[in-house]
Amino acid sequence: MNYTCVRNSLGRLVPQMIPGIGTLEPFSGAYARLDGSYEWTPSPFVHKVPSISTNKIAPDLRAAIERSGLQNGMTISFHHHLRNGDAIVSLVLAELEKMGFRDLTLAPSSLGDSHDCVADAIKKGVVTRLNTSGVRGEVGKAISNGLLESPTIIRSHGGRARAIEEGSLKIDVAFLGAPACDRLGNMTGVTGKTACGALGYAMVDARHARHSIAITDNLVDYPLSPKISVPQYLIDQVVVVDSIGDPSKIATGATRITRDPLQLYIAELAFKVIRASGYLKKDYSFQTGGGGPSLAVARYVRDYMKANAIQGSYCIGGITGYMADMLKEGLFRTLFDIQSFDAAVTDSIANNPNHMEVDVSWYANPFNKGCLVNDLDVVVLAALDVDVDFNVDVLTGHDGILRGASGGHSDTAAGAKLALITIPSMRNGVPSIRDRVQTIVTPGETVDVIVTERGIAVNPRREDLRTRLQDAGLPVKDIRQLKAEIERITGIPDEVAFADEIVGIVEYRDGTIIDSIRKIK
Amino acid sequence: MRERSRNNPMRSLLYIPGNHPGMLQNCAIYGSDAVIFDLEDAISISEKDSARRLVKHALRGFDYGNIEIIVRVNGRDTAYFEADLEEIVPANPDAIRLPKVDSADDVLAADELISRLEEANGLPKGEIGIQAMLETARAIVNVNSIAAASPRLVGLTLGGQDLAADLGIRATKEGYELLYAKSSVVIAAKAYKLQAFDTVFTDVSDLEGLRAQAVVGFALGFSGKAAIHPSQIPVINSVYTPEPKEVAKAAKIVTAAKEAEQRGLGVIAVDGRMVDAPVVAQALRTLELARLAGMEVLEL
Repeated sequence: MNYTCVRNSLGRLVPQMIPGIGTLEPFSGAYARLDGSYEWTPSPFVHKVPSISTNKIAPDLRAAIERSGLQNGMTISFHHHLRNGDAIVSLVLAELEKMGFRDLTLAPSSLGDSHDCVADAIKKGVVTRLNTSGVRGEVGKAISNGLLESPTIIRSHGGRARAIEEGSLKIDVAFLGAPACDRLGNMTGVTGKTACGALGYAMVDARHARHSIAITDNLVDYPLSPKISVPQYLIDQVVVVDSIGDPSKIATGATRITRDPLQLYIAELAFKVIRASGYLKKDYSFQTGGGGPSLAVARYVRDYMKANAIQGSYCIGGITGYMADMLKEGLFRTLFDIQSFDAAVTDSIANNPNHMEVDVSWYANPFNKGCLVNDLDVVVLAALDVDVDFNVDVLTGHDGILRGASGGHSDTAAGAKLALITIPSMRNGVPSIRDRVQTIVTPGETVDVIVTERGIAVNPRREDLRTRLQDAGLPVKDIRQLKAEIERITGIPDEVAFADEIVGIVEYRDGTIIDSIRKIK
Repeated sequence: MRERSRNNPMRSLLYIPGNHPGMLQNCAIYGSDAVIFDLEDAISISEKDSARRLVKHALRGFDYGNIEIIVRVNGRDTAYFEADLEEIVPANPDAIRLPKVDSADDVLAADELISRLEEANGLPKGEIGIQAMLETARAIVNVNSIAAASPRLVGLTLGGQDLAADLGIRATKEGYELLYAKSSVVIAAKAYKLQAFDTVFTDVSDLEGLRAQAVVGFALGFSGKAAIHPSQIPVINSVYTPEPKEVAKAAKIVTAAKEAEQRGLGVIAVDGRMVDAPVVAQALRTLELARLAGMEVLEL
């Protein structure tokens, strides 16, 4: 073990101190700091007051970086609103490498499929520390193989907003992709050829970074109108480039509902759970993801709401065109949009006043005076693996390598009255319910129901819910029984071999350490 | 393990291509009363051997719970017929669906081979049923002798597409052109106490069309209908599920009939209408379908 560790309340060994990161608190319960007695001190943040300027446009990216005062060892941030079409991270890292920067901390809101360039930057020493919500591809391999100098910190979306506002994540320079921007830095994601929708992550970075640089391929006449998502007073410089991303991968068309019969079956079962739970009623609030069976759940919910003339109060989260349609149909009064999952959303944000763009702190920071997730009635979530204690892993693949994202998973699960996980009982012959998940992201105490195609498991903390689902004739099973049934088909896979060395830590939304990530053998 | 019966009602029978491991693994969850693992039309020639092996292992390895497991083998006129039965019968499915049955001889040939294989593999004799598929004009002409061919026969069905091709007509969504063929299959099946299964509806995106066709099939007297996609199952099941009112009436009839029997009475009246043996039989069938649909039915 490369650090002194202690067992947290879930029995996971987590480091107590990491040089360069500092003292760490072990996780001690999802609501341990939310009983009304915890005192939180947001950090004052410092920035240079610029001289009066009527034009913030820098000659080029290099000049902007030079003017930003960025030094080796500092922290840079990015948002991931451009999804898999993002070109900003690679553009900036390439420039930083050319300029000879070393030893930077990279702290994007998340990383996706377009970010294998980060793995190169790690190998070359340009980046030596990483804070993110998620990783894919080569970056996950780089972390799991221990290529970074210091353990990667994985945070939830709400946890990252908290960390930024309290100063435990200090951003020196934020590089913020802007699908539309004017000469003084007013920016939005709802117009332009690289339009991506809401800019909820960028809002928080711009507000708290010591220096913020907007990078755009769509410089518009001042003032940007009709919508400004990040106002000019938060932006130091504007850089104009040829392209901030690949529109075909940013502005994907409306996300389609799965046609896979298995996923549809799970989705329908999940809908029946929601219906039987009693939460699906007038004025309820709802969140569902943009992929897999999540959108299919929304379809069943939509049909039911229409048939029964139910109007909900609001939807939050990653918003799809599908949710925008539900808003248009009057099924919800309001959408709170932190991040848009498809381009079908941009018209709705621009033109429908009830489709509100909100920042990620408002969405999920557990320590502000009331984030949106805390009032959620129902959230539908996916998972890579779950365990018999209802803990959820959304990070680790079956080969032990990081390949997922914490996202808003633990935030919404903790906030929602009904946190429902949809998961196929097996993937490629590997069972999805385990004795213990490899990496806990969302603690079992915040998860209410797990829905698989082979049955539904209800958290023993929710006897009330179990009774309701059973009364509705749903196939409720004890989670260990369900696990055994699945294993009769799959057998029990061998454990992946890990080394002792800790290469990452998973920070829970309240800043405590819920699990650590080991180097792969 | 479910009790094996030659006459379990089956409202919906889901076809599963035999070479698709994921579907073989998950097919039992969609709510059909039976699955038909297909080795015939859904399987290209190059996949015949692997599908046969895969289905064999699925039958041996998976517990499909309460649903009927049927395997559609290749027809007697193909080179795969014997190999299919030789590998599948030892794995003990509930029934073999035999395609391209033109005459009683086709049924007898299969019966004979299955009997031999049952004996060789120590299986109880005669338990594996045969569902005969009638797919040609000749088969329809021979339907009565086919229905009478073997005690192993449990059901009749027709192959709508093949039959239309043989007749040189175009199969329509409504299916009226097959009305005579369908009726003759139903009547022959009823005459010999067999089940009769309606043919598939091929447009998986048109659930309303499926419902319309299923309603006609139910009215004609079919006992169930095959499906080619899980989304078709709830539609078929709902068509073959009796109304609660019918169920209540059936329960009343069966109760009255039992009481009458205990008291040694013959014909009785329920709600002012005469109830005789056929009415009681209908009522029992209604209760069976209701049970299958998960409705609460008193044990009578």
